[in-house]
Amino acid sequence: MNARAEVAVGMSSCGIAAGARVVFDQLTKDVSARGLPFSVVATGCIGACHAEPLVEVRQADGRTFLYGNVDEARAQAIVAGHLQAGTPVADLLIPADYPYLAKQKRVVLANCGVIDPESIEQYIAHDGYVALKKVLTELTPDAVIEQVKLSGLRGRGGAGFSTGIKWTFARDAKSLTGKKYVICNADEGDPGAFMDRSVLEGDPHAVLEGMLICAYAVGSDEGYLYVRAEYPLAIKRLQIALRQMEERNLLGSRILGTSFSFTMHIKEGAGAFVCGEETALMGSIEGKRGMPRLRPPFPAVRGLWDSPSNINNVETYANVPAIIRMGGKEYAKTGTEKSKGTKVFALAGKIKRGGMIEVPMGISLREIIFDIGGGILGDRKFKAVQMGGPSGGCVPEQLADVLVDYDSLTATGAIMGSGGMVVMDESTCMVDVARYFLAFIQSESCGKCTFCRIGTKRMLEILTRITEGEGEEKDIAVLEELAAKVKVSSLCGLGQTAPNPVLTTLRYFRSEYDDHIRNKRCAAKKCKALIRYDVLTATCTGCMLCAKVCPTKAAHGERKKPHEIDQDTCIQCGLCFEACRFSAIEISSGRGN
Amino acid sequence: MEKAFQALLEDWKGVKGNVIPLLQKTQELFGFLPEESMREIARVTGKTTAEIYGVATFYAQFRFTPMGKHVMKVCHGTACHVQGADSLDTVVEQKLGVKPGNTTADGEFTVERVACLGCCSLAPVVMIDGEVYGRLTGDKLGKIVSGVGAKAGASKT
Repeated sequence: MNARAEVAVGMSSCGIAAGARVVFDQLTKDVSARGLPFSVVATGCIGACHAEPLVEVRQADGRTFLYGNVDEARAQAIVAGHLQAGTPVADLLIPADYPYLAKQKRVVLANCGVIDPESIEQYIAHDGYVALKKVLTELTPDAVIEQVKLSGLRGRGGAGFSTGIKWTFARDAKSLTGKKYVICNADEGDPGAFMDRSVLEGDPHAVLEGMLICAYAVGSDEGYLYVRAEYPLAIKRLQIALRQMEERNLLGSRILGTSFSFTMHIKEGAGAFVCGEETALMGSIEGKRGMPRLRPPFPAVRGLWDSPSNINNVETYANVPAIIRMGGKEYAKTGTEKSKGTKVFALAGKIKRGGMIEVPMGISLREIIFDIGGGILGDRKFKAVQMGGPSGGCVPEQLADVLVDYDSLTATGAIMGSGGMVVMDESTCMVDVARYFLAFIQSESCGKCTFCRIGTKRMLEILTRITEGEGEEKDIAVLEELAAKVKVSSLCGLGQTAPNPVLTTLRYFRSEYDDHIRNKRCAAKKCKALIRYDVLTATCTGCMLCAKVCPTKAAHGERKKPHEIDQDTCIQCGLCFEACRFSAIEISSGRGN
Repeated sequence: MEKAFQALLEDWKGVKGNVIPLLQKTQELFGFLPEESMREIARVTGKTTAEIYGVATFYAQFRFTPMGKHVMKVCHGTACHVQGADSLDTVVEQKLGVKPGNTTADGEFTVERVACLGCCSLAPVVMIDGEVYGRLTGDKLGKIVSGVGAKAGASKT
């Protein structure tokens, strides 16, 4: 029973970008003007990003109603119809059995979109800090680690190392400096991933509670949160959370009257993808260039400022309070034999319903894409799903029944990764995707290892040539050779995994490479040098829209007469195709262009 | 400004790992990192100027020339890439006459390419002065850049 009637607006970065603030203001204005007994509150990411801005009405009788795609006018309709007259606005309602939500299981995201992330009271009202209290008053550090081991939790940053074992290493390590550090890696750099941002924005206290429990278990009294500077809202909410914790003696000396003391710092990243690698991240905290160093010694032995350090990802820490509350054994009931619990994914790309989802391990990719995501935009043909960002790979349609667990995904050549899941359809060129990721890696390589620095550059040059129609038969063999060398000759994960997007696309989409090289054809009609735009004279109405948007005046013609596109000046930007309302522009690819 | 900078140096003197926060706060103050400021940071932190410059050039966030009045970040994350971020670059170049990484001659706009803004469900997106514009097409972006379209019109599908 929810005693207080509320109207909650999803106010994470993407909600705000979709217009949630305007909706929030409109609701506040209308509710107060009408004197209705509802409080309008801001909450974190509700998760159904495809239907942002989202508004949830929580009635005093405990019933909840979710509205999607709300704008100012719809907000007014909700206030008048639902809040005042008491009849939910059926047209705007997201049904309770919405398939997007039905197959999800929320552990990490349990509070996201439910509580006000800037209110510690609400976090506490939802079992917040119960786990910390239990740990500090009832459990020994070893017992805490035992529970984490029992849960089977593995690193959610993507590599999947056992969290319990990692904590044991840090606990057992002798510190020569007298210090041990606990670090949270919130440098979420994979393009196409926003899970950690949503957790930090939606439920910052859960991550902080997890870090405190870890600190107690490994024997640390100081911690760092390393957050991307691109996430200003996450940083702001963490700062608020830390202040609230200090006020309640959940941070500082003698926490909750026990002998456990802990201080926490927030470090803003400065824009370097490689700092997601743990040794580079620690170098960055120390104020150096973020360049990885050789391991061993591992951070657990010698990490930040030469002290033993435990470093985990945001989602890993966010799982910990739930594990302690329900017990490791109970937590391990969800998932597969070797991958326990749930995983949060950022579902994006050519998908009908994208957003933040949390699913039990062991669900299939097909279920995620078709049942939760609703299938492909425009009902086009599903081609592949990219997982794990630049370190991952593309899982093709024929393997869509693979189960989401660390080992099954690794077997496909992709990886679990931190949770970015970008869906691709027949209009996505896989050679272009490989080139895209390599271009990313090439510009983010720190330059320390020769093969990562120069090998990826040579690979990028080859891929660029192929997409420009200058590819040669021998290119594929050279790509494969370089890929193998970059993998074995790089010091850190960035270089070791850099060839993955190339290798997986070569493995599953070799025919697309061949098509580009032999037939100078891009079937997805994406590679600019291999396509041409033409006006279908029979369909063109002469509306002049294409001529108006064309940046080079290649599209031209007289009013009410079929237009044409001058191939010499056309830059294949596609703006005419996008603008044409009569489908009178055709893209073709193949020899003879 | 100079006074604020000196106060900043004083605040962070002797703090462990102070180099990057000092560079960040200095950039907040001046909009970029003037050479003289890096010399001062070197003096206060006991590092060489080369070390400070080495750190500053390593991270994408730091810049050594003043920014335009407005900063536009065109997102090139994976989701934005597959949804056509490249054609947004064309529009920006056409409208403003500069390639990403540059500032317009009148000092109005600085255009940057960024790896991912984390608003993948709204792809393709552009951030202008901290505000995200999502679900863009070339046409919509053109209007936004021209200042014709207001935020409300731009974020609709």
